[in-house]
Amino acid sequence: MEFNFQFDWQAAIDSLPFLLKGLPYTLLISFAGLAIGFVVGIVFGLMRISPTRWLRFPAVVYIEVFRGTPVLVQVLFIFYGLPTLLGGPINALTAGIAAIAFNAGAYISEIVRGGVQSIERGQREAGLSLGLSPPQTFRYVIWPQALRRMIPALGNQGIVSIKDTSLFSVIGVGELVRQGQVYIANTFTALEVYFMIALLYLAITLSLSLALSLLERKGLVG
Amino acid sequence: MNDRVSNQGTAQTAEASPIVRLDRVNKHFGNLHVMKEIDLSVAQGEVVVIIGASGSGKSTLIRCVNGLEPFQSGRIEVDGKTLMPNGASGKSLQAVRTEVGMVFQQFNLFPHLSIRDNVTLAPRKVRGMTRQQAEVTADKLLERVGISDQADKYPTQLSGGQQQRVALARALAMEPRLMLFDEPTSALDPEMIGEVLDAMRELVNDGMTMMIVTHEMGFAREVADRVVFVHEGQIVEQGPPDRLFDQPQHERTQAFLSRVLKH
Repeated sequence: MEFNFQFDWQAAIDSLPFLLKGLPYTLLISFAGLAIGFVVGIVFGLMRISPTRWLRFPAVVYIEVFRGTPVLVQVLFIFYGLPTLLGGPINALTAGIAAIAFNAGAYISEIVRGGVQSIERGQREAGLSLGLSPPQTFRYVIWPQALRRMIPALGNQGIVSIKDTSLFSVIGVGELVRQGQVYIANTFTALEVYFMIALLYLAITLSLSLALSLLERKGLVG
Repeated sequence: MNDRVSNQGTAQTAEASPIVRLDRVNKHFGNLHVMKEIDLSVAQGEVVVIIGASGSGKSTLIRCVNGLEPFQSGRIEVDGKTLMPNGASGKSLQAVRTEVGMVFQQFNLFPHLSIRDNVTLAPRKVRGMTRQQAEVTADKLLERVGISDQADKYPTQLSGGQQQRVALARALAMEPRLMLFDEPTSALDPEMIGEVLDAMRELVNDGMTMMIVTHEMGFAREVADRVVFVHEGQIVEQGPPDRLFDQPQHERTQAFLSRVLKH
């Protein structure tokens, strides 16, 4: 068998300026989504371990629904489905950020729960026995330790969510994959372009891994 | 030794209004009745050592005094504030904890904070002291327990004995009216027990009111004004250490002491 096909480096490099136009969207959806998802995850994660049943129950429902359905279905629901309910269209970028926020938020809720529950009971008792109120004990004693333990899992979730944004080409957000598809439609250089897109994702996720491992190492003492 | 006599003198005059009073306290863990109608008073300046076998309820007893364990009936008065059954103490719970220090078996230092920050956290956040004020106090206390040169280190960098002395300094930084000790030397290597007991001895000499759960019978005999023997959730016998250790009245006490004093 003979390959009449070669990897065209020139074509790969030529596609870069066009592909890079998608980078800001990929980054914006990823990081805005994750930032909101982090806040959502803290709120629902803490509700999930609340002694009050009325806080726990909605948290369980939220987490199970958003972990149990595909993020692709979630973003299609938000972009195509919700406007019927709301009576007006939703911006594709907003839909993408919302999908990441609520999807990652569900996973982060569980990370927060695990992190907080992993702190030894004696830490809370020591805080309370010194006269700190329960909220003070949480803020100054439990949370800083829990957060440190959560870093590896949060990094994982960050990487998953960044890759998930590639699905949002289906709602027409001009992120990396969408830009690639448009470019390939004119040049038929699928091999080179998807290779470059893969490299760009790898650059983003590796930078995140590196940043987090630095953060983790810095926090190691104590 | 003169110190001890004067302490007991104070103890007697304060008998009318003890700093701690447990009044028919009952506690259950599920079906297990771990505290049965406990009545116990501790006078200002008194050192009470609580002894008993594992699972006798002695740790549970002192953990009730600062509200770490809820109880189901009875009442506990600490320094004029009342703890109520079933966690219904409201604001008096935190008020009690502010005045009562505690040292735990497992030290429970905050691993993410430096030694100095471990000691200054509560005075700053609860007493509203500035960082500077709190650090002056902290450094004095750390010097007193012999840790002054380690203030910038983190808890895991210290030996068990050092960590427990820091835990003592951390509790003292709140200027407590009462100190609780829950088996403070049980998690220590044998060669570190002495340094922790020395720090506690110093506190006894300063006239601190203390409730101590320990297996160190020699220490109990030396520092206690009163020894309380707990068996299956009940106070079986109590009295001055010499009497309790040398002429225990109750057969449970005799059986327990014959087991622990042999080695």
